[in-house]
Amino acid sequence: MFRFVNLALGGVSNGMIYAAVALSLVMIWRSTRIVNFAAGGMLMFTTFIGWDLVQVHNVNYWAALAVATLSGLIIGGVAERVLVRPVETGPPLNPVIVTLGLLIALEALAGMIWGNSQSHSYPPAYDFRGYTAGSHHLFFAPNDLFIVITVAAIVVLLYLLFQRTALGLRMRAAAFNPEVSRLLGVRVGRLLTLGWAVSAAVGAVAGVLAAGTSTGYVQPTGPFDALLVYGFTAAVIGGLDSPAGAVVGGLSLGLLLSWADSYIDNNIEPMYALVILVAVLMVRPNGLFARAAARRV
Amino acid sequence: MRTSQIRLLAGGAVLALAAAGCGGGSSGGGGGGASSPGVTKTSITIGSTQPLTGVAAPGYSEIAPAAKAYFDFINSNGGINGRQIIYKYVDDGYDPSKTVTQTKKLILTDKVFAIFNALGTPTHEQVVDFLNQQKVPDLFVASGCLCWDDKAKHPYTFGWQTDYTVEGKILGDYIKKNFAGKKIAYFYQNDDFGQDGIKGLDMEIPSSQVVTKQAYQVGNIDIKSQAQKLAASKADLVVSFSVPAYTALLKLNLLKLGYNPKLAVSNVGSDPITLSGLLEAFAKQGGAKVNGNQLIQGIITDGYISSPADPSNSWIQLFKQIHDKYIAKLPFDGNVLYGMAVAYTFAEALKAAGANPTRNGIVKAIENGLPQGPGTVPFRFSSSSHAGFTGAQIGVITGDAIKLTGTPQTTDDGSGPITPSTATQPTAPSNGIPPS
Amino acid sequence: MADDELRLQPENPMDRASQAPRTASSTDRYGVLSRSTLLRHTLFAVVGILLLWLMVKSFSASTNQELQLIPAYICAAIGLTLLVGLSGQISLGHGAFMMVGAYTFALLWPKWQLHPNLTIIGAFAAAVVVSAVAGAIVGVAAARLRGPYLAGATLALAVGLPSMTQNEKLSSHLKGSQGLSVPSAPQPHGFDFVQWPLFIGLICCVVLLWFTANLMRSRVGRSMRAVRDDEVAASLSGLSVPGVQVLAFVVSAGWAGLGGALLALANSNASPGAFSVQLSLTLLAAVVIGGLGSLSGAVVGSVFVVMLTNYWAQDLTNALSISSGKVANNLPLLIYGVLLALAMLVAPGGIVGSVRRLIALARPAR
Repeated sequence: MFRFVNLALGGVSNGMIYAAVALSLVMIWRSTRIVNFAAGGMLMFTTFIGWDLVQVHNVNYWAALAVATLSGLIIGGVAERVLVRPVETGPPLNPVIVTLGLLIALEALAGMIWGNSQSHSYPPAYDFRGYTAGSHHLFFAPNDLFIVITVAAIVVLLYLLFQRTALGLRMRAAAFNPEVSRLLGVRVGRLLTLGWAVSAAVGAVAGVLAAGTSTGYVQPTGPFDALLVYGFTAAVIGGLDSPAGAVVGGLSLGLLLSWADSYIDNNIEPMYALVILVAVLMVRPNGLFARAAARRV
Repeated sequence: MRTSQIRLLAGGAVLALAAAGCGGGSSGGGGGGASSPGVTKTSITIGSTQPLTGVAAPGYSEIAPAAKAYFDFINSNGGINGRQIIYKYVDDGYDPSKTVTQTKKLILTDKVFAIFNALGTPTHEQVVDFLNQQKVPDLFVASGCLCWDDKAKHPYTFGWQTDYTVEGKILGDYIKKNFAGKKIAYFYQNDDFGQDGIKGLDMEIPSSQVVTKQAYQVGNIDIKSQAQKLAASKADLVVSFSVPAYTALLKLNLLKLGYNPKLAVSNVGSDPITLSGLLEAFAKQGGAKVNGNQLIQGIITDGYISSPADPSNSWIQLFKQIHDKYIAKLPFDGNVLYGMAVAYTFAEALKAAGANPTRNGIVKAIENGLPQGPGTVPFRFSSSSHAGFTGAQIGVITGDAIKLTGTPQTTDDGSGPITPSTATQPTAPSNGIPPS
Repeated sequence: MADDELRLQPENPMDRASQAPRTASSTDRYGVLSRSTLLRHTLFAVVGILLLWLMVKSFSASTNQELQLIPAYICAAIGLTLLVGLSGQISLGHGAFMMVGAYTFALLWPKWQLHPNLTIIGAFAAAVVVSAVAGAIVGVAAARLRGPYLAGATLALAVGLPSMTQNEKLSSHLKGSQGLSVPSAPQPHGFDFVQWPLFIGLICCVVLLWFTANLMRSRVGRSMRAVRDDEVAASLSGLSVPGVQVLAFVVSAGWAGLGGALLALANSNASPGAFSVQLSLTLLAAVVIGGLGSLSGAVVGSVFVVMLTNYWAQDLTNALSISSGKVANNLPLLIYGVLLALAMLVAPGGIVGSVRRLIALARPAR
């Protein structure tokens, strides 16, 4: 029993990271009805920038995190304006291919700049040795607590942004009905760009957090591809339209994967995500929270 | 007639054009004549597949540049028998599917004389049949798998380093004597590398002491579950047959669980400078700098060539000079020593092959036996054995290097006894080139 | 707003083929050849094989070695372009189907080495069948998924399937990261050891091209296009939309499986490292860059992708005097990424589509 609970604890911080990636995807879906397959590449690239600062130039962890987030803002905004804007309307296949092209290009660029060797590791923000409760060793460390708090803060900030600010209201309007919003004077294009920028910034933070876990080696391919799949699965579980669903989806995925890894086999972890993804899509194609989101709007 | 048949032809034509455009570089016609490919009056070209990227790159990516540095040194002193050694090494990313393509390219397009020090057990196993079919010398494979010592099936293939079962026996013997009655756990790569090592351990360590055996797959860096099981076993010592990246991962995951057993690691996964580098980021916390090196002090391992911990050794002095001149940017660690040592052995073999080396000739030369050079134990090369070093010496990671202790031991892959080595290491030649 | 279904605008070269058949007067010059699609295709297939035989015999060993991977990519690309271009379903996981085919081949053929050159046909057929079954399974799930959901699910498949080889229980059969060894096909009289596997691969490509060209022209092809363009209309006219979509997946996956088997033959090895997400994305790049929906696009795209990865990237970096291995290794991927994005923005028809447009422009207006 203890092992079950301990494993659940161990899955919480990963789950929050998946939730953050899912949030990033949900934001873009809500604003432009596109799944940003390049999200994995963007967060990998910004994490590399952070890594470069921390490991090669010995910059402070927090400053590097800030720079990574900032570069996420820039990359997301530029990607939307330059690459995605021309294909936002039109056949839905096109943005898929464009975002995939961006994903491949980002992976290649990262490989060119920093190499494909797998020896890059990113320091965690806090101690990664788990807490002890009496004689038991918990699978939860100060760094995990930091991850949970950070992602929760992001969720709160996003909520405040979208629900409590005029800017957020305009962004929601632009996503919900661009034509009418334009008529009402909302600069739809600029807000879509902003939406992508914020989304990529959220992804950047998720990437840095993920890299600091003990399985995180920073490399152009590999773990970040899996992170994209897990983030997508989490987003789908909750429903691509629902930020709250993204968080629930992320946490549940984190827990489920932690149990499956330990009780079944940790080598085939991505397959569990596939199974969960397909199962959810077969039963509730629009996600668990679909109805709630529809009602809210 | 705009039908797909025209497209079919068009496709074929494009194929033809594309191929013709690229076929221009290398001339047609297979290697003819009595002389071997890759040899001219003034040069000899050898090739290799190395993990310059990928999970095995940490540490191992230094080996080929180090070997090349030694060859450059020889070349600047006139080469061997008047020939410059051209060393062409390519990246296979420790991925067996790439190894085959790259090796075939080296043989067919670059027409190398021999394959030298190809790295990796799972990788090289894919090409060894092909190389022997094509009668290409496959010298001093960078792997301790028992599979290279098979004169009947693979007459052109030779090992170099101490093989994993021998290593396992020597480590196991030390563990048996120094950890009697304690709980032991294994952690190993789930292929011939790890399995050969475990075989050796099992020949020495009583099975009653072994509480768990955990394997990892090279493709998967998440070893949380294996670490949890190791921690749950509460073993006093964990023996690991792993590449450096996974040794580091093991240490990290165990630390995360608050479990701190003694570690014993195979020579291939224990280079201190490589490990410190891998661990350093994790010892860094929120800006504070912690020495990653502290995490690896006291790890038990073994070695079969001289160690940088002994700067008075003549080979260390020779190789340090070459390192400082040609590859000063790389750390002077076990990987660099390995590369230079195996390059020295090749130079010995080339010299023994005579003024007009042929592929069959160099094979015969090695079978006549080679001096052990920088090795602390002799080679096993003979007309019946293609295995390399015969044993190893226990060492402990102290500071930045492995401090070798005790005496070098030799043994075989089977049930033979472990006996101290009777041969002594020769002094390095003063000009750095193998004597005739 | 755009709905969730994936559709291609009819900027699709295949559509020309589905237009009304030409009148007898303009095509009688070629007699029976113009009336019988099957005969035309067969004639060209035979001529194609002869030409390819000549080509393989005349190139040097190193050139033939360079071309080794192309047939594998062509087979998989044909499958992918059929799926995405003809039936309008996206798959980011074709590398997974290639893997199924490769492992099937690698598990069976080494055991049938009594008459290797005969049993290889059986082994290829097995690879196609098993991959087709996998395609059916995925297709059934896919029939209920649309647009980005299908893309995401197939991406998850591409990421997840290679990890199956790492499973403890399976790894004793599948040998984990090391993979399975595949022996070489013994060359018959008249071929050397590099020409023979290349020739085998090229024959497979011609057979697949023949088959798919006929398929595209048949009723099955038309029903796929109908489902792609308007599901509701197709279903109203009596087509079983899920049935057609699953069939597209089945054929497409089967062809990818054959490509995987050829890859295993060329690499003498079936291991998970060769079937990463990069492979699936590269295949998509090949198909899009070559020209989505067109068979010649699949061929051109595959040739481009293989030559770029293995040879031109190195030549290009040498020519630009960049000595870094990091750049050379990653240059092909960068180029694919840029071309993929550009293709959608500027030239949706890919290389083949652009060439066609240029030819049409060059021709004087009627």
